[in-house]
Amino acid sequence: MITLVKAGLLASVQDLGRPGFRDSGMPVAGAMDRQAMACANLLVGNDPGAATVELTLVGGAWRFEEEVLAAVAGADLGGSLDGAPVGPWSSFLARTGSQLVFKSARTGVRAYLAVRGGLDVPVVLGSRSTYARAGVGGFKGRVLASGDRLPVGRAAGRAPAPRVLSPGEVLPSGGGATLRVLLGPQDDRFTAEGIATFFSGEYRVTPQNDRMGYRLEGPPIGMHGPADIITDPLVPGAVQVPGSGQPIVMAADAQTTGGYIKIATVIGPDLRLLGQARSGDLLRFTRTTQAEAVRALREERAGLAALARRIAGRGPQE
Amino acid sequence: MVRILAQGEGGIVVELGDAIDDAVNARVHALAAAIRARPGGDGLEVVPSYRSLLILHDPVRTPRAGLVRRVRALAERLGETPVVDPHRVVRLPVCYGGGHGPDLDDVAALAGLSAEAVVALHAAPVYRVHLLGFTPGFPYLGGLDPKLTVPRLEVPRSRIPAGSVAIGGGQTGVYPIESPGGWRLVGRTPLKLFDPLRLRPFLLAAGDGLRFVPIPPESFEEAARRFEAGDGSLELEP
Repeated sequence: MITLVKAGLLASVQDLGRPGFRDSGMPVAGAMDRQAMACANLLVGNDPGAATVELTLVGGAWRFEEEVLAAVAGADLGGSLDGAPVGPWSSFLARTGSQLVFKSARTGVRAYLAVRGGLDVPVVLGSRSTYARAGVGGFKGRVLASGDRLPVGRAAGRAPAPRVLSPGEVLPSGGGATLRVLLGPQDDRFTAEGIATFFSGEYRVTPQNDRMGYRLEGPPIGMHGPADIITDPLVPGAVQVPGSGQPIVMAADAQTTGGYIKIATVIGPDLRLLGQARSGDLLRFTRTTQAEAVRALREERAGLAALARRIAGRGPQE
Repeated sequence: MVRILAQGEGGIVVELGDAIDDAVNARVHALAAAIRARPGGDGLEVVPSYRSLLILHDPVRTPRAGLVRRVRALAERLGETPVVDPHRVVRLPVCYGGGHGPDLDDVAALAGLSAEAVVALHAAPVYRVHLLGFTPGFPYLGGLDPKLTVPRLEVPRSRIPAGSVAIGGGQTGVYPIESPGGWRLVGRTPLKLFDPLRLRPFLLAAGDGLRFVPIPPESFEEAARRFEAGDGSLELEP
């Protein structure tokens, strides 16, 4: 069991999400930075998709009610275990009664706290992810509050040794980014200048950003005719453009359908960069190809598989 | 008309028309059924909407070009799918007006009708569930009488109670969970359209028929209890 002694800004249980029910209007949810979540899990010897806590900007204070190998990955929330600093991208043995205290994010937004065995909250519709808007999954269907106690699952086999990932193994988190996108599905509804603007402009993250989507502010994107279409399917990463010409990038909790035209879609491997962007950060978009996007996805998977092998001691150490 | 468009590296959108229309939507659901029936299914997830279908795939395991070819062949083989009656018609009890439907009188005034006439027109047709979206289990319905076309609220409500039945901008639907929304509330059903802990979490499926059955306010709690006791079993039209 781990206890959230003092809640930070926003924390919820997340795994890789709840695909399979989009035809019933159920958003996928899941980690906003799936690679960081997977790294946290691999560090404690879990399956990369085990349930973790997603911490946002301010991590709060936690107490371990049992001895367990734990890890933190993603944004640097200034964590310390019983007073000793715990950097992101590291695992550490927490003793019964150990206190893990976070400050606020120095870079990026979201960090993942994994424990060996995963968080054992009930599986709802195939996932432990929290979709708080509908009260589904996670801990009682809601974001975490002070006093919540999360059960730790059982793990089989030998635990890996605590370690800190090398600089070559960690992923950049925060401070603005360039997101690769594939054009479409409604790129034909934008003017040539509008598309050029989208790829040349800098877009600032507004305070209207959350797990559902990010409203951005920058040079308006020109379109032919109205911004509305017949309500159509929507995925995380879709860049919707309402009549104002200011883009909205959909994120993990995106509703399954929407009625605005979509100029492009951020590729899956780059969605973590959105999840680590905060209000005021500048984002740029660059056009990529299907082949390049698939290559990036293969690299993401190969990188995680190699990390899993190194942690298990079955591959070259970096 | 078949258009296949990209939505990210792991999604393709198949457009089968450019209108909210029973015939187009029938083709969407026929294509969804054809893809789901394929052996193995390629691990595909299929999301039907009014006039298009999103197909999600793992682009490493299922390369884009081959998938597009196979889906185009299936779509073109559909031809003119006849609009058949829905395979089931769900009867949804609704308590119209009063506290359950606070906008009923406004809708009547905007439509130039009496409140009773609005209820009669709204409860007459068998609607088609064209798609589920917006929130888990929210049905977008086809078949609203054009006389009930009224504008959406100028200022959307931030909290609409679960079960609210609403009209807005020529559409009608039911809010399955408490959520914000801009449609006008004409009534409320005691049935839970979405309950994640139920054996069948979603009451309705795309392609269903749906009829609203007016009930008096004093029956609301009783209907809710009966529904819970039956663990979400539905009344269907014979």
